[in-house]
Amino acid sequence: MAEPAIKRSDESSKIVDEGIDKGIARLTPEKIEQVINKVLAAETGARLKTYVETCVHCGLCSEACHYYLSHDNDPKFSPAGKVKQTIWEILKRKGKVDPEFIRDASRIASTECNLCRRCAMYCPFGIDIAYLMSVVRRLCHMLGVTQLYIQDTAHSHSATLNQMWVKEDEWIDTLFWQEEEAQDEISSLRIPIEKEGSEIFYSVIAPEPKFRAQLIYQAAVIMNAAGVDFTMPATPGWDNSDQCMFTGDYEMMGRLKKVHFETAMRLKVKRIVMGECGHAFRSVYDVGNRWLAWKMPPIPVTHAVEFYYELLKQGKIKIAKKYDKPVTFQDPCNIIRGKGLHEKARYVVDALCEEFIEMHPNREHNYCCCAGGGVINTGPQYKMKRIKGNRIKAEQLFATKTRGAKVIIAPCHNCHGGIEDILHHYGLDMELHFLGDIIYKVMEKPV
Amino acid sequence: MHDIYNFVSGPLVWVSFVIFFGGSLYRLISMAVLARKKDVFVYEYMSLKFGLRSILHWIIPFGTVKWRKNPLFTIVTFTFHVCIIFIPIFLSAHIILWKESWDISWWYISDTTVDILAVVVIASCIFFLVRRIVLPEVKYLTSVSDYVILAIVAAPFITGFWTYHQWAGFRVMGIIHIIAGEIMLASIPFTRLIHMIFFPFTRGYMGSEFGAIRHAKDW
Repeated sequence: MAEPAIKRSDESSKIVDEGIDKGIARLTPEKIEQVINKVLAAETGARLKTYVETCVHCGLCSEACHYYLSHDNDPKFSPAGKVKQTIWEILKRKGKVDPEFIRDASRIASTECNLCRRCAMYCPFGIDIAYLMSVVRRLCHMLGVTQLYIQDTAHSHSATLNQMWVKEDEWIDTLFWQEEEAQDEISSLRIPIEKEGSEIFYSVIAPEPKFRAQLIYQAAVIMNAAGVDFTMPATPGWDNSDQCMFTGDYEMMGRLKKVHFETAMRLKVKRIVMGECGHAFRSVYDVGNRWLAWKMPPIPVTHAVEFYYELLKQGKIKIAKKYDKPVTFQDPCNIIRGKGLHEKARYVVDALCEEFIEMHPNREHNYCCCAGGGVINTGPQYKMKRIKGNRIKAEQLFATKTRGAKVIIAPCHNCHGGIEDILHHYGLDMELHFLGDIIYKVMEKPV
Repeated sequence: MHDIYNFVSGPLVWVSFVIFFGGSLYRLISMAVLARKKDVFVYEYMSLKFGLRSILHWIIPFGTVKWRKNPLFTIVTFTFHVCIIFIPIFLSAHIILWKESWDISWWYISDTTVDILAVVVIASCIFFLVRRIVLPEVKYLTSVSDYVILAIVAAPFITGFWTYHQWAGFRVMGIIHIIAGEIMLASIPFTRLIHMIFFPFTRGYMGSEFGAIRHAKDW
């Protein structure tokens, strides 16, 4: 009557991942048991215990999960199904699990869950399954079992304090370069570096200087046009991203957030404004600050969506001509379920675009992009998993397209990565943009 | 027979009430102490306003997207939960027992109504059972203990219904009924039936996080 929790799936073994394989090879059952019990005893308590004991195995959370829906309602992909295969087993066996169990647990927690927290809105008890999956990731991290690609970004964080191995001079150089480029368009434009006492510290994620430098250009144009008093630091601490939060390397997460906040303090700014990134917002606003024992961030943090809302509302940006292609809007989990910016985002979209078509479900109930939560960072081996694991997103986008939408606006880097792959794989011919792209296109620019 | 009856309807009732109230209190206090020790931030983020806001949405039928998406389940689960709490308290036969023991009494529901509601509860239990067996996503999560818990909850209503209708062996069934009720009460603190006690805290905490920190709805 009871199904076994562990059905060895071929899937883990099919994917070659040195981070996992080498990590697993180093493990022994004794070491696993010792590490698991040590971590559980030291770091978990009432929440883990209460969540596990309150769950009545009702399965109501299932339909919340895009992986479950995209895999034809396969129960192994339901939120509670993932908990069953990991935490329940670990607790039941008191940590006496074998290395292959850890391989599966890592696969489930790190590549089959985006920590998007949609299931918390479908479980009547509000059990925080994203938290439970984070505990599994933490255990895997402490066991030295993490996917190679995301571990590489974690190493980069640790060595350079940014996610993409960007060196200090490269960072400064990129800012100069984008400033120069933008000056061709607006001769008076500046990207003020290290300007103490500015109103705003504008922080970005490392992929922006690494391969999306035009976003820094666009942000500079918006800031200059709106007459915003902003600065960007020349020192490490400019990167607000945080893959360590997702690998379970919380000590590193703490270091990253500390240097980020301290950079803001050093520059004596009034607040941090962040680019269009969801996970970084989660880290700065919700998770990293807690590790540092700040109930709320020590300095106000504003996400780009909210910042654009302010600029438009206060008339600091004027629209020359509204964007004329019909658009739809992807609500990113980390700023909607993470900060409730959905109405402000719609205000911005309405201010910029002629025609806005909602996708369904939307707002807090929107489906995840399947890239966030560190999943896209686990590397190309897992790309098809992400794409197949989010067929439901393709269906949702297709339905929106049939209602006329031609452009998707997604104010989050992870959403971009995930949706780009989905558009390509499922042959959905739609454009994908950031809000900043659209603002840059339609705004009145100074000369 | 009389001795057994007196035992199960006397001392055993006390035992089950002590286990239920004492056990629940113990579970609550130990959860609070553990949270204070290990998850201290829970106290920081817990918000009465947003906690209650979330709880309120979830205890109102069709008050959440989830409830609206599964209308049959919603109707069944709400009826079931309301019935299993109210039937034992407002059944005239139970009130007579209270009256005889402690000379206290209160308003009661008519026997015919309770009879119908008992059928509803039993039917709901069958619904939950079928759901566990038939729906793959529920079956996957199901372990033996889930059937045991369902049986613990269904037993007092099946036996009570039997006794009320005075079917064959109803005197023995009446005793089984009392024992079944006592088992159910006593098992609440120590099985997943604890969700009855913990619901306001887990939901309230998620509501607080979503409401106060994340400015979003969690329903």
